[in-house]
Amino acid sequence: MNTNANTIPLPTLTQLNIGQTCHINTIELTGLLKRRILDLGIVPGTLVECVRRSPSGNPIAYHVRGTTIALRNEDADFIKVKL
Amino acid sequence: MLEDRMKHLALLKNRFHINATPQQFIIALAGNPNVGKSTIFNELTGLRQHTGNWPGKTVDNAQGTFNYFDQEFLLVDLPGTYSIMARSVEEEIARDFICEAQPDATLIVIDASCLERNLNLALQIMNITSKVVVCVNLLDEAKRKGIEVDLKRLSKELGVPVVGTTARTGEGLDELKETLFEVANNELLILPHKVKIDQSPDEPIDNAEDKTVIAFYQHAEQISRHVVRKTETFKKTLEHRLDDLFTSRWFGYPTMLLLLCFIFWLTIEGANLPSQILSSILFNLQDHLTEIFIKLDAPHWLHGILVLGMYRSLAWVVSVMLPPMAIFFPLFTLLEDLGYLPRIAFNLDHAFKKCHSCGKQILTMCMGFGCNAAGIVACRIIDSPRERLIALVTNNLVPCNGRFPTLIAISTIFVAGMFAPELSTFITAFTITTIVLLGIFLTFFSAWILSHTILKGEPSTNILELPPYRIPQIGAVIYRSIIDRTLFVLKRAILMAAPAGAIIWLLGNIVVGEYTLLQHFSQILQPFAYYLGLDGVILLAFILGLPANEIVVPIILMTYLCTGQMTDVESLSELKDILLANGWTWLTAINTMLFCLLHWPCTTTLLSAYKESGSAKWTAVAFALPTILGIILCATLASTARILGLA
Repeated sequence: MNTNANTIPLPTLTQLNIGQTCHINTIELTGLLKRRILDLGIVPGTLVECVRRSPSGNPIAYHVRGTTIALRNEDADFIKVKL
Repeated sequence: MLEDRMKHLALLKNRFHINATPQQFIIALAGNPNVGKSTIFNELTGLRQHTGNWPGKTVDNAQGTFNYFDQEFLLVDLPGTYSIMARSVEEEIARDFICEAQPDATLIVIDASCLERNLNLALQIMNITSKVVVCVNLLDEAKRKGIEVDLKRLSKELGVPVVGTTARTGEGLDELKETLFEVANNELLILPHKVKIDQSPDEPIDNAEDKTVIAFYQHAEQISRHVVRKTETFKKTLEHRLDDLFTSRWFGYPTMLLLLCFIFWLTIEGANLPSQILSSILFNLQDHLTEIFIKLDAPHWLHGILVLGMYRSLAWVVSVMLPPMAIFFPLFTLLEDLGYLPRIAFNLDHAFKKCHSCGKQILTMCMGFGCNAAGIVACRIIDSPRERLIALVTNNLVPCNGRFPTLIAISTIFVAGMFAPELSTFITAFTITTIVLLGIFLTFFSAWILSHTILKGEPSTNILELPPYRIPQIGAVIYRSIIDRTLFVLKRAILMAAPAGAIIWLLGNIVVGEYTLLQHFSQILQPFAYYLGLDGVILLAFILGLPANEIVVPIILMTYLCTGQMTDVESLSELKDILLANGWTWLTAINTMLFCLLHWPCTTTLLSAYKESGSAKWTAVAFALPTILGIILCATLASTARILGLA
């Protein structure tokens, strides 16, 4: 196992299990999508809980600041988190 | 002073199509989606409201008036947005209205249960105007969740007046009116605490915008920490259980299908009796009209065109169309207000994404089951123009209420008739479901084809909010579904059906040589129709049924029976005898049902497609797409069956 913490990539939102919480670290998206995600209150430092998967496993719904937001995995994969 | 006011009102009229009187205070109503903004709007204005579009935009606009003592207010409902940074049409409208129309006050509705998210918008608005009233709504819901908001403290933190409400019960609305009056009348000194954003001038704009939002949220968090008290911890509520079922891996899809079937069943069963009553009243009236024409000694052709043609087709469309729509639309609105629809989009997003279209398209399809014209208007909820067009041109692939009666009659007679009669209802239901599923499958198929050809593009993003389930307000549901949807569609249909009725009567009564024009035309169409597994009469009926799908079967009967006016028969067995006598086989029946599902949209739908897309080209695609699919499927089935000697 590599002991150098810098080389271990941070987990992404999609890696959360249901019921697991995390803090947002970085949002590595651009353009309108990033704006939308920020507008919905998903900003660095925000506490997020994974609440449920859709029947196909994509999108996944997250609990953010008292609301429930569903994100596609392709997008949530670019949101890095700290567990 | 007065002159300035008049100038300003002229600007409002020209720029925003808002007609205010000089005495009225103008209030803008802003807020996130799903915060009960429309409940506040309805409770304040009651029936004194009207809806339309923002000028030049396909975004709904609602305005209404209310009074506080002698003072009249004009309330303008802005689109529900999460931000006003003008990145979408809705945000642009909200921002422009607050900046340019300079309302006498802006009422910002926020949800007590998720203050932080809502404060983001409130803070953004407070940065551009000081004449603000914050309304903390859904206090009852928050209380149930164990959330309390210190309103006095919130007012202090924000520096603007704050009123708490539970709009559903009307609680707090009097205080809200009073506060709006005071703010609009400049009786309160308001000093909103504006969020300072430090920006270095050489920073890229994108970064600066990110920073702005983050700064707003940090401020919102801070305020929220001071004013929100949570007493209860998480527990599994009814809402969670409902969501567990509705979005379950195994039960999610079956539940959706069952619910859809249940709504169809309720609509069809429930509409039967009112349809009969309406048609007996309206056709009774026709007899009276005829008597009047006879008394006046009016020429035969005038009576024919006006009464047997125009009036009769109007009566037909109203009696067949109105009852199912008056049942379907309230049921649909009920599901909408309950919060179930976003769950459907959540479940199906993946499938739509695979076709490079938007998960919200399913909501426009659900609406299309009621009426395709309404379904097409509903495409507004899709943000990406490319995906909106896909939803728009494929909407006709789901059968609307106007087509269900035809499908049900034919499948009862021919499909169910082939099996045991005691299973008839079950087999009919099964056939209809199969046809609906075929329509849904073809929607996916066409969406995929379109997004790989003329509407090429990657799927855009789809972020869905799953709002809490809420008990709908019955009054608002009925008002919205009847006024906004049912009557709107009926009005457009009537405009189309009346002239069509006149033309059909003329075709059925002008005799050239031995036959009527109707018979001549069906003879001309016969070879092509045979190729499709239909006959000339059926194809002609679909063509003449362009104004409204409801009149297809009556036209078929009119031609077969040479009655000269649109005809109905008493029972299904009588209908069966007539059809069999005119050479119908199982192939004719199946292909008529297929063609009913897959042919050009009615004129009302085409008109909506034109208005919403603003383009003749896309209206033409909406016309051609289902037609081509129908021709291919019918022709393939017919020739296969004939080669195999099955028909």
